This record gives sequence, C-alpha cells and structure tokens, in this order.
Amino acid sequence: MSEPVRPKSFQEIILRLQTYWAARGCAILQPYDMEVGAGTFHPATTLRSLGTRPWTAAYVQPSRRPTDGRYGENPNRLQHYYQYQVLIKPSPPDLQALYLGSLEAIGIEMDLHDIRFVEDDWESPTLGAWGLGWEVWCDGMEVSQFTYFQQVGGHDCHPVSGELTYGLERLAMYVLGVDHVMDMPFNDPQSAIALSYGDVFRQTEAEYSRWNFDLADTEKLLGDFERAEIECARILDAPEVDPKTGRRIVMAHPAYDQCIKASHIFNLLDARGVISVTERQAYIGRVRALSKRCADAFVTTAAGGWTPETGAER
Amino acid sequence: MPDLLLELFSEEIPARMQARAADDLKRLATDALVEAGLTYASAGAFSTPRRLVLTVEGLTEASPTLREERRGPRDDAPEKALEGFLRATGTTRDALELREEKKGRFYVAQVVTEGRPAATIIAEAIPQVIRNFPWPKSMRWGAGALRWVRPLHQIVCVLSAEDGAEIVPFEVDGIVAGNRTEGHRFMAPEPFSVSSFADYETKLKRAFVVLSAEERAAHIWEDAGNLAFAAGLEPVEDKGLLTEVSGLVEWPVVLMGRIGTAFLDLPPEVLQTSMREHQKFFSVRNPKTGRIERFITVANRETADHGATILAGNEKVLSARLSDARFFWENDLRIARDGMGPWADQLSNVTFHARLGTQAERIDRIARLAREIAPVLGAKPDDADRAARIAKLDLSSEMVFEFPELQGLMGRYYAEAAGLPAEIAAVAQDHYAPLGPSDAVPDAPLSVTVALADKIDTLTGFWAIDEKPTGSKDPYALRRAALGVIRILLSNGLRVNLDRFIDSQLVKHKIALNRAEAKEGEIAALEDVLEEIADHGVFGAAFETVMEAIRKNGKDQPQTGEGSLLRSVGDLVPDLSTDLLAFFHDRLKVYLKGEGLRHDVIDACLAMPGHDDLSLIVMRARALGGFLGTEDGENLLQGYKRAANILAQAEAADGVEYRYGADVKFTETDEERALFAALERAEGAIGPALEAEDFAAAMTEMAHLRGPIDAFFEAVKVNADSQIVRRNRLNLLHRIVETCTQIADLGRIEG
Repeated sequence: MSEPVRPKSFQEIILRLQTYWAARGCAILQPYDMEVGAGTFHPATTLRSLGTRPWTAAYVQPSRRPTDGRYGENPNRLQHYYQYQVLIKPSPPDLQALYLGSLEAIGIEMDLHDIRFVEDDWESPTLGAWGLGWEVWCDGMEVSQFTYFQQVGGHDCHPVSGELTYGLERLAMYVLGVDHVMDMPFNDPQSAIALSYGDVFRQTEAEYSRWNFDLADTEKLLGDFERAEIECARILDAPEVDPKTGRRIVMAHPAYDQCIKASHIFNLLDARGVISVTERQAYIGRVRALSKRCADAFVTTAAGGWTPETGAER
Repeated sequence: MPDLLLELFSEEIPARMQARAADDLKRLATDALVEAGLTYASAGAFSTPRRLVLTVEGLTEASPTLREERRGPRDDAPEKALEGFLRATGTTRDALELREEKKGRFYVAQVVTEGRPAATIIAEAIPQVIRNFPWPKSMRWGAGALRWVRPLHQIVCVLSAEDGAEIVPFEVDGIVAGNRTEGHRFMAPEPFSVSSFADYETKLKRAFVVLSAEERAAHIWEDAGNLAFAAGLEPVEDKGLLTEVSGLVEWPVVLMGRIGTAFLDLPPEVLQTSMREHQKFFSVRNPKTGRIERFITVANRETADHGATILAGNEKVLSARLSDARFFWENDLRIARDGMGPWADQLSNVTFHARLGTQAERIDRIARLAREIAPVLGAKPDDADRAARIAKLDLSSEMVFEFPELQGLMGRYYAEAAGLPAEIAAVAQDHYAPLGPSDAVPDAPLSVTVALADKIDTLTGFWAIDEKPTGSKDPYALRRAALGVIRILLSNGLRVNLDRFIDSQLVKHKIALNRAEAKEGEIAALEDVLEEIADHGVFGAAFETVMEAIRKNGKDQPQTGEGSLLRSVGDLVPDLSTDLLAFFHDRLKVYLKGEGLRHDVIDACLAMPGHDDLSLIVMRARALGGFLGTEDGENLLQGYKRAANILAQAEAADGVEYRYGADVKFTETDEERALFAALERAEGAIGPALEAEDFAAAMTEMAHLRGPIDAFFEAVKVNADSQIVRRNRLNLLHRIVETCTQIADLGRIEG
C-alpha cells in the first residue's frame, strides 16, 4: 500500500473519513438537527437499525454531554464534541477490515501501531438497546467503538447492524500529535487564516459550561421534559390514517424527536445536579419507554419494513 | 488411527471467555464423538483472541457395528402392532423369526446398526456443538441466524492419518469447513492450508501466532521479568491481568515504559489500579523503595521501530489517565484536610437501597451499633462511633467514584490526611474485610467493632425488608456478610452473644422503616425498647417492660393492641431474629464442613442454649468432634444412648415425662446405688469443667459413667413391678441424659 500522507487538520480527518466511507457505498448524511448525547441517537442509526430493509450511512454528529463540560480548560474533555458514525445493515462480513482501512485512510500507519479489539459491550438504557463488540485500541488508546446491534428500542435486530463510532477529537489529537484539544489545528495550519480548535470552541465551552452547570432553568427544563413526554405519546396515539390526506401516515420520526428532546433535557438536569440517584433510574425508564414506543411505531412504517400486504414484520 | 484438527476462526473473542470456551469445546466435542460410538486416545483445546482450536488424537476410524435382538409383539397381536414394530426396527416381515416363550410365540428381529466412519460422525456432531455452544453471551451478525460470541468466519476441520489428510465436509450457516486458515491479523494475513495439528501449530508460529495461552503467558512473564531486571526493577505479580493480557494477543511483544515523574508521588495502589484497569499495564516496582516507577505493556506485534511508536503512544495515554488520577487525588486531599465535611453531606443524597434509606442514615445506624458492640470487644464507644462515621466517607471522593475497588483504602489515606489517629483511619480500610473466604480478617478492636456493626446492619436491614438470599440469588452478598461475621468472631476467638445486637439493629431498622407513617409516641416507645435492650440485653423482656410502662401510663399513649405498630414490631422482631440466627448457623455449618467437622456434631451443638455465641458453638463442636473419635467418646455416646432410648420408650408408652429428681432412698440394688454415686461424683467434676469451658474434661467425666450405666442395666430391670421404684429408675435415667447433654444434644449424633 502507498505510504499514507499524514493529515494536517481536524477537518481533514473528517473529510478523509467522509471520502473513505462514501467510496465504500455509504450514504453520507448530515448531522441531525437536534441536540443529542451521541451519534447513535440520530434516527439514521436508532430507527434505521430496526426492521429488515438494508441501510448504509455515515455522518458526523455533534454531540452534547453537559456533565463533561470543563470550561475549555481540560485537554481532553468537552461538553460539545463530534462523533463520526457509520451504520451498515446487515453488517458486512468484512466490517473489521473496512474499519481498519478507515484508520489507514486518516494516516495511521498500520505497520507501526498496535491495533487491538478489546471486549466492550454496549448498552443504552435510555434507548432500550444493546449490542456486543469492542472498543478499538490504538497503542493503548481507545479510538472507536465497534458494535453489532442486537436489540434497539426493545426489538431484536434482524438483520443485525454493524455500528462504528469514532470519537473525532480524541482520534484526531492522536493522529495529529496534539496534547491539548484546544491547540489542535481546525483547518490547514498553512491557511491564510489558520484556526485552532480553541479558536472555534474555547469560548463556547466556557459559555455552555457555565450555563449547563449553574444557570439552566431547572423548573423550565422539568416542564419541558414533561411536555416532550406528553407530545411524544400524543403523536403516537393519533390514528394511523391521516384524515386530511386519507393516507396512512404513522408519525414515528416526529415522535422520536420528542424522545431525543426528553433525553437531552434529562442530561441537562443531571448536569445541574437536581436529579437524585433514585430519580435518575426513574427518568431513564421514562425516556426508554418513549424510545420503545417510537421503535414500535417505526416498524409499522414503510422504512421499518411494513407493507400493506404483510404488515409489520414482527 | 486418525487425528482430528478443528479450528473455529472468528472476530476477537473476549479475553475473559477464552479459557472456559476451550474447555467447553473439548468437553462437548469429545462427549459428542464418544456418544456416537468413537473412542480416542487424547484431546487438547487451545484459544487465542481469534480462534478456538481442538485436537483429538487416536480416534477410531469408525463406530462399531452393533447387533441387537429386539422382541416384538406376540404372533396373535393385531396387525397394526406388527406394522409398528417393523417400522421401528426397520426390518421386513420375512426377516423376523418367531420364538416360543412362556407367554406365547413372539416375533424377534435382529437389528443391525452399521458402524459409521469417523468423518461422518464428526460432520454431524461438530455443527451441533457449534450451534449449541454455551457462550456466556452470544450474538448474531449480518443476516444470519447462527449465534457465536462474535462473528464466526472460517472453520478448519481436518481428519489426518498416515496416508494423508481429508477435510471433514460440513457446513454451518453457510460457513463451509475446509483446511485453510490465516495467521496474525497484521503480520501474516495470507491464508495457508494445513494437514494436521502438528502442521497447523508449526505454520501458525511461522505466521506469528502462539497457539497456547500458557505459552503466551509464560513468554510475557519471562520477558517482563527480564526487562524489569535489566533496569534494577521487578514486575508486580498479577495473575488475573496476565491471563487477560495473554487473551488479547496472538504474538506477545513485551515493552517497558516510563511513568511521568509528576505521577510518581501518587499512592502506589492508585498507580497500579489506574494502569491495570484502564490500560492493562503491569506495574514495575523498585524493590528497594517499593515505589512503582515503570510500566509494562504487551503489544500484539513486532514493528520496524522495535515498538518505539507503540510505546510512545502508550506513555501518552497513560499520562492523560494519570493526570485524571492526580486531579482526583489532589481535589480529594483538599477536602480531606478540611475534615471531609462535604463528603458526609453528600452521603445524605446517596441512596443505599430504596427501602433502607440513604448512605448517611445507614452510617448513623452502624455508628450506633458500633457504640453498643465496642465495650464487649474492649474498644472505646466514642472511638467506635467516630470511626464508623468516617469509615465510608471516601464513597463521596472522586477517586472512589472513578475506581470503586479503591474504596476503604482511599478512606484510610484521606482519614490520615484529615489528621485522624492511625487506628481510626485504619477502620476505613479494615471494616470491609473479610471480602473473600481467604481474605485477611481484621484484628484491631476498633476495626473489628465497626466491621461487625457494618455487616450486622446490612443483614438485619435486608431481613427487615424481607430481601433474603434465595437459591443462587444473593444480590446484596448477604452470605458473604454472614461469613465475614463468622470469620471475624472465630479467628479472633471473640465471645459475642449476637442475639442482642441483631435485635437492637432490627428495631433500629423498624424505626427507620416506619418513621414516616408512625403515630405519636410510637417511635419514642421503640427508642425506649432500644435503651432497654442496651441495659438488659434481651428483646422480649425489653419490649414487655416498655409495653407495661405504656399500659400503666394510660392516657395519651400509643396503641399496643392487635394491628398496632408496636404490637407488630413485638411480634415480628423475635421471628426475624431467630431466622437470621438460623442463617448464621447455616453459614457456620458450611464453614465448619471445610474444617472436616461432621454435620451431626454441629447440629448437636447448635441445639444447645447460648447458640448465638458462635465461638462457643465452635469450641463445643471441635471438642465433641475430637472426642467422638476416641474410646471415651464411644463410651459417652453408648452410655447416653442406652439411657435415652429406654427413657424415650417409657415416656412414649406412658404419655408422661420423667423429669423429677430420682431419690436414692427408693433404690433396691447395689448397681443402682453405684450409679447414683457415680452421677454425684461426675456432676461435681463436670460443673467446674464447664465453668472453665474445658469441654474435653467434662466429656471425659461423662464418659466415665458408661461402666456404672452398663452395670445398672445388667443388674436392674427398669420396669419394676413397683410403680414407685419404676418411676424412680426412669427419673434416674433422665438424670443421666441431663448430665450427658450439657455440651451437646447427643441425641442428634448419628451412629
């Protein structure tokens, strides 16, 4: 293989991943336009991993974890960061090889590094989902999660999706040899106007850290959570046939938006420290109940494998 | 004699499952082959991260042909029965023979089961083994239905003999068995074919795969030792980690790296835990100072730069990890030096168990119990209280949040940093012990006090809310807690009457459980019960005293009748207490069995009063167990049994119990009088021996009664004509039984 040229910037790594996975047939989607905690929450992963219809997608997903905010000071922790997500259903037999190819594509020289697949089972209590797989280590550092979905929203996955999640900042810091995330070149450092990750995000990290930890209005958030929950149920309770068009329209996606919203509000409340240990479990259970209902609804839509002849597959 | 080679090649198998999987493969596959009629000389199984391998040597070439005679219906049976028999045996009517028997003429078939070649049997058996493999967790992948631990890619199944090798043809979910495999994922990915196990093992090694996990482990440990030694250091032994790491590599390459100087001042346990848990590194220690100064990591490959890039990467990751650890340590120390106040506050917000309240409430209960236990163990109640209140504060620390396994140890460091005396700080670490059956047991009085209080509080709590262990389910590790109490008491030889502390703590739990709903005065009354227990030590009496006082005071007092809280506590606590003590006894039996003490011996001692003093029970059981093996022991048992049996028969026949003192004035024979005298003398000696807890001496005295007892039965008919004489003799037997059962209920001894 030709000697990989080392990328120069954060964005180049993203672009190379996009190019790599596009060349392997993935639909390159755009980030979901809502606040989520991880790329898995994108409906292109959660909902599309359900049902029998084949699917292949890759995308960057900005992700928010309010409790990880460190005001932009910590070299590795951010409350807003990027994940790169690949989901292929059914999982191809050469998924490991495809994944290793992507590492090579972003400039990791396979002959010099020690890549390992270390057991790490994945479970999302809020999504009612689990899978088996690994965290992938490069010289002792976790660079990706690799998961074969077994269940999502309480539904067994048939066929099984293979999911790859790259923590982009951490991976890029490693590839670019940077010790503090804020020092990482965002665009080409030779550009006329060179920007570092810190130039783009240092200020927002501080702003959001302050808001997440100390200012977010918990009363409002508690109310928002309730409203999202109610709206989700209301959407799913609506009759399948739309009285206006006369068509069968099950609104799985709008309902799922409310589930995403509730999940993020829960994360914010958690960061504000207003959720006790016992309540925590209860909130997680409430979000899971929403995601299950959305999954139930999705498998009764065409994208979820439903047909007028056969109905839902399970 | 052909040999079988089977390789199941998959994506990476979790390290912790590999050894067990290799064992299972060997057992299940060989069982299936034997079941199908093959035999073999030897078998072995191996695992690497990507393969499970089985070799079976000296297989028989085919299963034997079996001939079997089967008797069918009688010749006058309905046609249907005969047809059924023909179907079942696969024979035709003209192949049957008729045989004359007592009950008539019967059809008999000769059923021949032809032997089958080994390959055919293997091709049937192995797919079954694969489909039903007992992985602790398995998965599906792609669009298939097969379950395996991770996607299964290739199967090698080769049967080799002197005249060549053949592929055993079968297919599992589209995977066709063949003779091709591949080597190391990165160092030798090209496929190659194999013809036998020896060929396979050699080619694998050439392709940078060490098949045997033991060989990989030995190699890692040897290289680790050499690398460390060359730097004047030594690797810290960690068998669990060695096994795990051996399961993460096919071609181990051992590298030693440096720990940044900024981190060398962290407690060694923190360094070790962080490196092991996050990075699977071995710690490397300076034998002179005991300090951890380097680490060892095991890579899965060789590189052109001799691991320089790999090591640099690992060092960098470690620095990030240890920066976190140092951050936690420094933050924690700040809080510790200020007296740990915020940690105590935080524990009020942490639930221990939904029904048993917060950690803060739990700690308060433990501290109160520790205060009660302290005087019995020679600890100062104030110190016990204080120690109990700091012992769990580290649960709020950042370090313990990150590394739960450091709980207790960090508590000790932080308590020392807070300026607490060493013996109080030590309680934080010691009070969790013993954790496992071979874990060390604390012996400092303060540590023992809090360790007992902690465990008794946990046990009584879950008893109070009826969450006892059932079968294999013991989510709160209550068996371990009870065993902990037992081991602490026994190895320190402590004499503690558990009843009183169990009762007291049950009442505390009942107070906590009912506080919200209780009516006026009820909680106060239960607190009075606690005080009474502290003064008098017995729940029943304490409870009645308080109830009596309530009744006397009359007006404005809490309800005490049926259905009231107080009455239900009064009824429930003794039952729970008895049940929990029985649980301790069960654990004690399991524990003593390991010591070789007989079940019936322990039961005999458990039947005695004072059985809430576990050390006393064990002293008795050990004395009795030892004694029963001797001639005197046999004498004691036989003398007792003879008296007890006749007494029991008479009591059953008469429907009365003979419990009155026998009187020497109703005696008629010398033997009777001699027995009286012997009893008199024995009792005089047994009393002081029991007082001194010299159970062997007491039993020797009891054993000496055998002669007089035997002589008595030889000479005397118990069932005398005179009712007075008869009754006196039965009462005398009762006195023997009573004398002989002061250490154990000998009636429970078998044999």
